[in-house]
Amino acid sequence: MVLGRTADGLFWMFRYLERSENTARLVAAGLRIALTRSRSGAEEWSSIISTAGATDAFLARHPGYEFDGVVDFMLRDRSNPSSVMSLIEAARNNARAVRTALTSEVWEATNETWMLLRSALKAPVKHHGLPEVLGLIRKQSAYVRGALHGTMLRNEMFNFARLGTFLERADNTARILDVKYYVLLPSVVHVGAPIDNVQWETILRSVSAEHSYDWLNEGDPNPAGIARFLLLDGRMPRSMAFCCDQILENLRHLESGQHAPSPSLALAEGLADSLRGRDAKDVLEEGLHDFIQEIISRIGKLGRQIETDYRFHA
Amino acid sequence: MATSMYKEDIPFDEMFMAGGGVRRPYSDYHRWLEDQHARRLQQKSSEADALFRSVGVTFNVYGNKDADERLIPFDIVPRIISAAEWSKLTRGIEQRIRAINSFLHDIYHRQEIIRAGTLPARLVTGNSAFLPQMIGVTPPGNVYTHIVGTDIIRTGESDFLVLEDNARTPSGVSYMLQNRETMLQMFPDLFSAVNVRPVSDYPRHLRRCLSNCPPARCEGRPVIGVLTPGIHNSAYFEHAFLADQMGAELLEGQDLRVADGRIAMRTIRGYVPVDVLYRRVDDDFLDPLNFRPDSLLGVAGILDVYRAGGVTLVNAPGTGIADDKAIYSYIPDIIRFYTGEAPLLGNVPTWRCSEPDHLAYALDNLSELVVKEIHGSGGYGMLVGPAASKRELADFRQLLSSRPENYIAQPTMCLSTVPIFARSGLAPRHVDLRPFVLVSPDRIHISPGGLTRVALKEGSLVVNSSQGGGTKDTWVLED
Repeated sequence: MVLGRTADGLFWMFRYLERSENTARLVAAGLRIALTRSRSGAEEWSSIISTAGATDAFLARHPGYEFDGVVDFMLRDRSNPSSVMSLIEAARNNARAVRTALTSEVWEATNETWMLLRSALKAPVKHHGLPEVLGLIRKQSAYVRGALHGTMLRNEMFNFARLGTFLERADNTARILDVKYYVLLPSVVHVGAPIDNVQWETILRSVSAEHSYDWLNEGDPNPAGIARFLLLDGRMPRSMAFCCDQILENLRHLESGQHAPSPSLALAEGLADSLRGRDAKDVLEEGLHDFIQEIISRIGKLGRQIETDYRFHA
Repeated sequence: MATSMYKEDIPFDEMFMAGGGVRRPYSDYHRWLEDQHARRLQQKSSEADALFRSVGVTFNVYGNKDADERLIPFDIVPRIISAAEWSKLTRGIEQRIRAINSFLHDIYHRQEIIRAGTLPARLVTGNSAFLPQMIGVTPPGNVYTHIVGTDIIRTGESDFLVLEDNARTPSGVSYMLQNRETMLQMFPDLFSAVNVRPVSDYPRHLRRCLSNCPPARCEGRPVIGVLTPGIHNSAYFEHAFLADQMGAELLEGQDLRVADGRIAMRTIRGYVPVDVLYRRVDDDFLDPLNFRPDSLLGVAGILDVYRAGGVTLVNAPGTGIADDKAIYSYIPDIIRFYTGEAPLLGNVPTWRCSEPDHLAYALDNLSELVVKEIHGSGGYGMLVGPAASKRELADFRQLLSSRPENYIAQPTMCLSTVPIFARSGLAPRHVDLRPFVLVSPDRIHISPGGLTRVALKEGSLVVNSSQGGGTKDTWVLED
């Protein structure tokens, strides 16, 4: 028997963890740009803040998009609910609240992550120390995920943990594309110019896919290829298609043995249908921005429906 | 490492005799200890700390915002009790707890003990821990205190006294279990050298104890839950730990509601009845309809469901009257009244400041006494006369004079010492003992050992974790 509050705690614990990992990835991609092309740094940082949905909060605290300010805001600032530290703390609080639903390995991995990051992020992170801190965040996320996979029963609790992970990941990937969609538009005509190659690479880098893209696509990135890869390629673990499959699988597991299909399953199938059989070139021509806005809204609706269907709240 | 005797002008030490010899229960351990290198022990000691932190065995300190989660310091030298000492202790504890349960049943029914003139009526009916809502209610199995943590102090070779009865929601059992786990992990060889009675079956006994008292409306195997005030409570770790170890639900007030005369928990598939609630929420906060209306921790109407046999509450509401510090001094009389036997375990002599001659004595001898608030706990709001400043003494003099009925006074007891592993080697520190008792309708189970709390500051007599105390693994030797 799973309590509604436990399902809520697990679902959000893994949303927070996934989000913190994505934040670290975004900062890593930004750092890369800042290192290679110092002049468009500010633009890059501003799109990172915007992807995190924190533009207003950031500008209220910082005069402009400078390296130190952005890194501090995204990694350490506790007044920013999507900073890595805030997220890890929220994830750990949830883990404490659902302690009995976790194996001791998952709990200890989460607790250790919190302890290590709290000490690594105690003081502002200097330029030269950033790669190490980002590496630590990535490593710890992998550790928690490994503990989850290696030790948790494949039961309903596991399903809620996974639903949180993939809903959040789908949302993050969609947001990255949304902020950068103009880079992929055909109307931006400097095709082949170095500026766009770097921009495209940044998109791939923010989902840690710069190498897998090359492997699978045997060639230079191009807008349609990138859109296809991030939206429709079921082999790529941060793509929309992949996340949708996982969401469906976990919802179906939760529904097995139940009398009637839940509204959330219907919404998830709707989301999957909106991707099925689509062609990336058509999507780009019909309007990438609208397409992604639609997906983001579907993901939001699905998340809220899961919370209702499974009685997260009284 | 060298384990020579320390200063001689000390009180009863449980490891070393006055002449420098080692007391019997410690002889095997001491032999092992002499073969260890101080540096290895030092290293083990810091390993223990890291272990506690990563497991998350922490407690929250009220009124301390900076360090909202702290470790209770763990000392690696065990406290050892012989089989004979233990059997004497358990007989005394059992007798005391049977008497307390008879007493609780009596004061919520016929009140024979008051009619007989053994206990003044005002101590019961005028006591805020007495719940009129429990009058005439008999809990399932007639058990009031399923879970008790009796605080015992030792003052000599064969002198054990009860300091407090803790019949509401005693905490600390998770430390007993975690301390042993830690010792087993760090010193596995030690446990083949010394024959120690295991404690790891406590969660199983606890589960059985809870299942033994299902409510009248329970059908089939009882569904068990631990009701916690939530992650900000100082003992949250323990609540989660026990629920996890027992395979019980860890519940908060927000998960529960009254449905069809039962207490039901909100699951992902709907509301499901809970039969037995091991509640770690105080009486006052249990039911906003019946007690404090501002409480968000309890369940509205739970007391009515309880009275109608829809749920078992563990411990029963209203048991606090039995561990009230004003009632404490009457416990020897209570034991005689209900069992017809002389108490096997004594009390610490107690002056009830509500009585004029006792108050006069307390005021005259304040600097030698320990003064406690009747409803205080956790070492808060108490005065240790010999360690107090002039200012503190003056403050308490005033408090005592203005509200004497709110206080009791006791002589400063010289608690026994057990060595701790300090930087400079072994050093004696004062300890107490909290054995954990589980009461079922037909039997009483006492986990061998319990929690030894140790005052880490040299000379200090206050062992409470909130006041800088630590803990030790506690061993009861096999016969």
